[in-house]
Amino acid sequence: MLVSAAVAIADARIGKYGERTFSGRPHTVMERSYIAFKSSAWIVVLSGFVEPLLYLFSFGYGLGKFIGTMNVGHGHVVTYAAYIAPALLATSAMNGAIYDSTFNVFWKIKFDRIYEGMLATSLGPLDVALGEIGWALLRGFAYAVGFTTVIVPMGLIQNWWGILAIPAAVLIAFGFAAIGMAITTYMNSFQQMNMIQVVMLPMFLFSGSFYPLSVYPHWTQEIIKALPLWHAITLVRSLTLGDISLGLLPHIAYFLVMIFLGLFFTTRRLTALFMR
Amino acid sequence: MNSPAPILIRATGLTKKYEDFVAVNGIDFSVAKGDSFGFLGPNGAGKSTTMRIIAATLNRSSGSIEILGKDPELHGPQIRAHLGVVPQQDNLDQALTVTENLYVYGRYFGLPKKFIRAKIEELLEFAALEEKRDVKVEALSGGMKRRLTIARALISEPEILMLDEPTTGLDPQARHILWDRLFRLKEQGVTLLITTHYMDEAEQLCDRLIVMDKGSIMAEDSPSGLIKTYSTKEVLEVRFGSDKNALVAGELEALCERIEVLPDRILMYGEDGEHLLHTMKESGLQPLTSLVRRSSLEDVFLRLTGRSLIE
Ligand SMILES: Nc1ncnc2c1ncn2[C@@H]1O[C@H](COP(=O)(O)OP(=O)(O)O)[C@@H](O)[C@H]1O
Ligand SMILES: [Mg+2]
Repeated sequence: MLVSAAVAIADARIGKYGERTFSGRPHTVMERSYIAFKSSAWIVVLSGFVEPLLYLFSFGYGLGKFIGTMNVGHGHVVTYAAYIAPALLATSAMNGAIYDSTFNVFWKIKFDRIYEGMLATSLGPLDVALGEIGWALLRGFAYAVGFTTVIVPMGLIQNWWGILAIPAAVLIAFGFAAIGMAITTYMNSFQQMNMIQVVMLPMFLFSGSFYPLSVYPHWTQEIIKALPLWHAITLVRSLTLGDISLGLLPHIAYFLVMIFLGLFFTTRRLTALFMR
Repeated sequence: MNSPAPILIRATGLTKKYEDFVAVNGIDFSVAKGDSFGFLGPNGAGKSTTMRIIAATLNRSSGSIEILGKDPELHGPQIRAHLGVVPQQDNLDQALTVTENLYVYGRYFGLPKKFIRAKIEELLEFAALEEKRDVKVEALSGGMKRRLTIARALISEPEILMLDEPTTGLDPQARHILWDRLFRLKEQGVTLLITTHYMDEAEQLCDRLIVMDKGSIMAEDSPSGLIKTYSTKEVLEVRFGSDKNALVAGELEALCERIEVLPDRILMYGEDGEHLLHTMKESGLQPLTSLVRRSSLEDVFLRLTGRSLIE
């Protein structure tokens, strides 16, 4: 029997691990996002790039004038701008990733029913999850790279280890995108979606972005240390300062777990929503 | 002369329950290659549920189903690669243009870009959407959206095209354009699966159909076969005024093979409607209005369920 190209492609995966949930084509889902993105509002995209710079100039250089330098341990003394720059880098990776993986995903599930269309093809739910999370990650990555290209010439990263802040930003963006999408697939209303915003801002303000956690009582510190952004900031700051040690592994592990859980629950939920 | 066409879809005792509610109740059917197979039934009959189970996007509760010899719950992506799906509610990509919609859909199937680009030209012509190629989907009319959804479903050159209520909500002209396209596909040998609650659509498009109600199959045959089995050749519709219809019903019943008393009119079934009208008038009954017509699937449904297709 003569088979179509689509059938031949799908049949080539028979017997492969996870063939029911994964067809090996998340890039086609990302391609869709790219095409839609080309005609989207650039001003919105640009605002995500500019935001951390605003913080850097107002706090880093404005407030920094009064603060002077910060002692970050291990004999490092840095300007206040250099202290907050890695935190802003980590935060911009987070914000970029959250942007596409939450409100945009919510809209696609509830109103555009995009995933229903995708899952009627030979794609599987893990393709959709990876494709969407991958796209969201790219935005976080782009913001982090953009921010880095501004702060390096300003002398805010003076250490070659600082290059590792870029792969770290990918890891951070991946983790936030995965968890962001997973949570979104369980949301039912815009009120619930707004809760995400309500959590994000305080997390940014209190996760050691602007001053060390030591200002807080012990129990508050413990809570903050459980939050993902603290791990992200600590990881990126250590890299930009050149504090490389095995002590960074728990932060990396934290994000690997986030990625795993995010992918797992997103795939599971997409299956429940559109395939049973 | 020819060996019988191979069976592409075979369901036995297919059942779907939502919690305690039985939406599809142990149905059996099979669809052969090249068939144009219909599911006719009112809203809530279980048509969409059945379609989604076939399309490998909904798990059954019990029974078995094989599509091209495979179980959709075990080989979802492989089965979906054979199918073109036109869902009841359009789910076109609102952020994209007409051609972009076709393009990304082809990509989801993993098709090469060059293949898709050539296919898009063919499909735009087929769907009469050449003029609209770079228009965003939201600017299309209902009929155009439906044609685009069909074109999108054809991008992967599926063996089986599944259409869930393809013309619901379209104006008569748009419906006829759409039917014309579906005829062409049928001529090309594409196997069609169509659900509808319009009896004219079922009569026009389907070689074979099952009549569904409340999750069960009431009958299965060709449209003409169903009419032959469950109705008479002609129908005489008479009105005596809403308060009188019931009163004369007893007298009318004696004159014909079968009678259905509806709130606003009485349907009298027989081989010769004019003759029936004549004998009725001779026996002294003068209806306010009368109409002789051929039997339709609507009459079949009424006979099978005691209700009309469109409530
Ligand atoms: N997800 C669902 N949960 C609960 N009930 C459902 C669900 N989907 C459909 N139903 C019910 O199952 C029955 C059959 O629905 P459906 O297959 O959509 O019928 P049709 O397409 O023939 O109109 C209806 O009574 C409908 O309300
Ligand atoms: Mg339906």
